[in-house]
Amino acid sequence: MSNVPDTLRYRESHEWIVPDTESASVGITDHAQHELTDVVFVDLPQIGRKVSAGDQVAVIESVKAASDIYAPVSGEITEVNEALNSEPALINTDPYGRGWLFKIKPNHQTEVAALMSPEAYKSHIG
Amino acid sequence: MVPFAGWEMPVQYKGIGDEHKAVRTQVGVFDISHMGQFIVSGRGAEAFLNRTLTHDISKLAPGQGQYTLLLHAGGGVIDDLIAYRTSEREYFLVVNASKISEDLQHLEKQVREDEDVQIVNASSLLAGLAVQGPKSAEIFRQVFGDSAPYPAHNTIAIAGTEEGILWLCGTGYTGEDGFEFFMPESRSEAWFRKIADAVIAAGGQVCGLGSRDTLRLEMGYPLNGNDLSRMRTPLQAGLGFFVGLEKGDFIGRDALLKQKAEGLPDKLTAFRMTGTAPPPRPHYPVFWKGEQVSEISSGTLSPSLGYGIGMAYLPIEASKPGTPIEIEIRGRAYPAETCKKPFYRPSTT
Repeated sequence: MSNVPDTLRYRESHEWIVPDTESASVGITDHAQHELTDVVFVDLPQIGRKVSAGDQVAVIESVKAASDIYAPVSGEITEVNEALNSEPALINTDPYGRGWLFKIKPNHQTEVAALMSPEAYKSHIG
Repeated sequence: MVPFAGWEMPVQYKGIGDEHKAVRTQVGVFDISHMGQFIVSGRGAEAFLNRTLTHDISKLAPGQGQYTLLLHAGGGVIDDLIAYRTSEREYFLVVNASKISEDLQHLEKQVREDEDVQIVNASSLLAGLAVQGPKSAEIFRQVFGDSAPYPAHNTIAIAGTEEGILWLCGTGYTGEDGFEFFMPESRSEAWFRKIADAVIAAGGQVCGLGSRDTLRLEMGYPLNGNDLSRMRTPLQAGLGFFVGLEKGDFIGRDALLKQKAEGLPDKLTAFRMTGTAPPPRPHYPVFWKGEQVSEISSGTLSPSLGYGIGMAYLPIEASKPGTPIEIEIRGRAYPAETCKKPFYRPSTT
């Protein structure tokens, strides 16, 4: 069974975000990393980039395929996880911890609150 | 699961990396039931196949097989296949799943009225499994005991067993030691379970389309539809070894002779990524001296080597090993260089 932490909010395309913070970490879920299998490369967004919810902001590559990652909310990218450049497999081994992708300063906390709850995401991935 | 030539097939079971590694170091089993089989027989079968396929089939003694190609009159590739001679007057052809009806139509059209040639499409009647990796012979002995000898490289034997008639072939698509065998479709599940159990017990894996692709690409083996097409000849694909230009006339020969005399316009060339880069994938643009000269025909991250590898049709000048090129991925140019095939050399063969 995939791990779905109670403290996060989720997008249906399998990104997670930390709620209620000025600079919120975003990553992909345990379910998503399992589907992608061994991550071998990550294209991260530019710091300072202003994005709208649903914009394609990063790409995660496994041997199998290249997968687009979408901004769960509108806001500004404030930080990216440089460690992934040398160790992309952190996304597989620690998807909610050291495998985070970037931090975003949300324009509206209401957008974060409107994302899926852990329960809703659990039923989404069946 | 992904759709593949009318079949629903798994890209992976446990994961491409693990399956790939199992085949390189232990053993793996692939379901190859999607592939097509034709039985071509009759007094005229040898002459017919020598006229329609590129390799010299008269070199085959009963029990032997060869990699060969089916061309159209313009010299372009319709399909690549393995032709086995099963007896003096009978051949067993194994063709690509996506090309079964096209191959069959093309072959049937070439049979002359006065010729004793019968073509039977056995594709929907037969299932197939490929066992590949250093422990393949061990799996074979466990499953077949002394009832059949382990098929040597590029050979075929037909064996009657309690589980139906089997075509046992010493071939594969991974570069490792191994065998492939075809069986009546009705017996395929029983055979799959028997082989899969033996493979897993030996520390191996059941393998999907994903690792089948990474394994064949590490060897530089072409995939029809990616690296072979009606637009390019086997000479451009670097498959001249499998073309018997001296054997007499065959479909496409004139076009190949003309191309040989005029010089090849381009050549299927291996390359590897030289810095940190995303995995190269089919259709990514390829640049040489600042100009786009091609696109990738096959590409992946090599699980054995840990870097990106691929193939592309490049101008002859650029095809020399060690030539710097660039691959454009999502609008950014990444450095690569052309290199020799195979990318990876298995320890067992």
